[in-house]
Amino acid sequence: MNMPTALQGLAYRGRTASIGFAHGPFVRFDADADGGRAAGLPAEEAAALRRAVQLASRQIADLAASVGGEAAQILEFQVALLEDEDFLEPIFAAIGGGDPADAAWSSALDRQIGDYTAATDEYLQARASDLADLRDRVRRILLGAESEPLRLTKGAVICADDLPPSRFLEIDWSGGGGLALLRGSPTSHVAMLARARGIPMVVQLGAISDAGQMALLDGEGAILELDPSAEQVGLFEKRREIHRKKRASARAILRQPAASWRGERIKLLINIQRVDDLEHADAQYADGIGLMRTEFLLGGRELPDEETQYRAYETVLRWAGQRPVTIRTFDAGGDKPVPGFTPTDEANPFLGVRGLRLCLQRPDIFMVQLRALARAAVRGNLKVMFPMVTAPDELEQARALVAEAARGLRAEGVAAAMPELGIMVEVPAAALRIADFKASFFSIGSNDLAQYVLACDRSNGALATLVDPLHPAVLELIARTAEYGRRAGIAVSLCGDMAGDVRCVPALLERGLRELSVNPAALAQIKQAIDRLSSEGSGD
Amino acid sequence: MQMLDTSKANGQSAAGSVRLEHAVGMHARPAVKLTKLAKKFQAQISIRASDAADWINAKSVAKVMALRAARNSIIQIKASGEDAEAAVAALIALVAADFPDQGP
Repeated sequence: MNMPTALQGLAYRGRTASIGFAHGPFVRFDADADGGRAAGLPAEEAAALRRAVQLASRQIADLAASVGGEAAQILEFQVALLEDEDFLEPIFAAIGGGDPADAAWSSALDRQIGDYTAATDEYLQARASDLADLRDRVRRILLGAESEPLRLTKGAVICADDLPPSRFLEIDWSGGGGLALLRGSPTSHVAMLARARGIPMVVQLGAISDAGQMALLDGEGAILELDPSAEQVGLFEKRREIHRKKRASARAILRQPAASWRGERIKLLINIQRVDDLEHADAQYADGIGLMRTEFLLGGRELPDEETQYRAYETVLRWAGQRPVTIRTFDAGGDKPVPGFTPTDEANPFLGVRGLRLCLQRPDIFMVQLRALARAAVRGNLKVMFPMVTAPDELEQARALVAEAARGLRAEGVAAAMPELGIMVEVPAAALRIADFKASFFSIGSNDLAQYVLACDRSNGALATLVDPLHPAVLELIARTAEYGRRAGIAVSLCGDMAGDVRCVPALLERGLRELSVNPAALAQIKQAIDRLSSEGSGD
Repeated sequence: MQMLDTSKANGQSAAGSVRLEHAVGMHARPAVKLTKLAKKFQAQISIRASDAADWINAKSVAKVMALRAARNSIIQIKASGEDAEAAVAALIALVAADFPDQGP
């Protein structure tokens, strides 16, 4: 693609994480997943602290109103401190001198806390903990761990250093928009969410010194343009139109007969994160659901009960009709923590108690899901898949629990059935010893498989060049799994990001895969890519 | 409770002092009340405890807390500005009444 020659001062190039185009107001959102914070210009830092102080003030005042009494008076002291110009003035002066807002704030509070702690007077010593509370509250707000719900103008281009998945999910994307990250990684969980929602996303933009009013985000060219000239907008709209036409022609392909390659039928299934994903216009053309994630059920205040889960599963099975639906049991842990469920004290959660390991340790939670699934199994073509399986015995333990759930339900007079049971192939040990597993199907989770085979944290942007899903070691494990499935007559699919990446599709077909599961938004493009490979192969 | 004299010069400034009888001294709750009241006035208001050398801003809760004024210390108050006299009187009344929950 020809890039505009006049990329003016305000154009930044990063890496593509999700394709698409967004043209809208530019919104800086400086918060970060791992507690760090990119400091902006002094004026931006001062504004950030002022906002944080105002928000903290309101939060504490609300709290004071609800508790009343002596506790309220203590809280009033915190509010008074936040309104104390003499107290804030040296902090803003430090920011003016180049200190980041959170550092200036924390060190001023730490000094004050130190004074109080050192006091001989018990009453003053006790105030130290109030101040620590205040310090932490404002700090949390500055770090973005807690803040006002994002009220964004429709179609805004959101710019952040990095963005935790929880923040992405809080944002209302119904009006479009895009995501521009200064750091971040195309293989992160957030990138996956953006692709699933069809939100353009560019990562690793580096430093952006200008805070603009309007932004153009080109997910394909990985370019962010701020306060664009009329000429830049014109060129952007042209690129957007080309992209739209390309998509429209790909979509026309969806209505044609099923994909095939070298005379073999290629099944194209979809991955869904939640039931609403079925509303995507292209979903209807899928050969089934290759992966329904169930972690969305864990997002609420309480763990979901059997009835809530059953309704979600049953809705999806009803939508699918005769087509197969593969539902994956809770895959919590790793980079998907769930309060009250996942362990909090693990040094290395990716290698910790996650996926099926966690569910087997928490039969109280797992059995509720298995009962809901056993009930849903009588309503359609259900397959149940377990994530993060290392040893055959884990599958057998899970199988025994499903059987127990189905037996229990039938004893209660509730219709239930044993669904087909399969596993995700994402732990290298499972891929290497695939024949040891008595599974009805296998689904290769290429994101985690690559992460574990290459020993690279996939959310670590600094390793982005090493996390290559086309690494020969990863491809070899995929080929071995596909080959075993072919010999044993067991279906093997792949549901990771590779399946939805046109650059990876030829390698996957070559390695023997005949089932790919992709986000609904990628379905058309992947089908088109397979058709093209087919016609190239047959010499048309 | 003991209220001492208020004096004024040229109508733009005023001063006075009062004994602090609050059980725990000038701590969070009294400090909040004192600064809240002080902020209602336009005048610049300073206070100091007993005979400390430094006057501090009576509108800053952090500074008022930092006074560490103990029970029975004498709080000196001075103000300058249009409503200086009213400010000093109000603050003295507040301290003298031992920081009642309703405004003085």
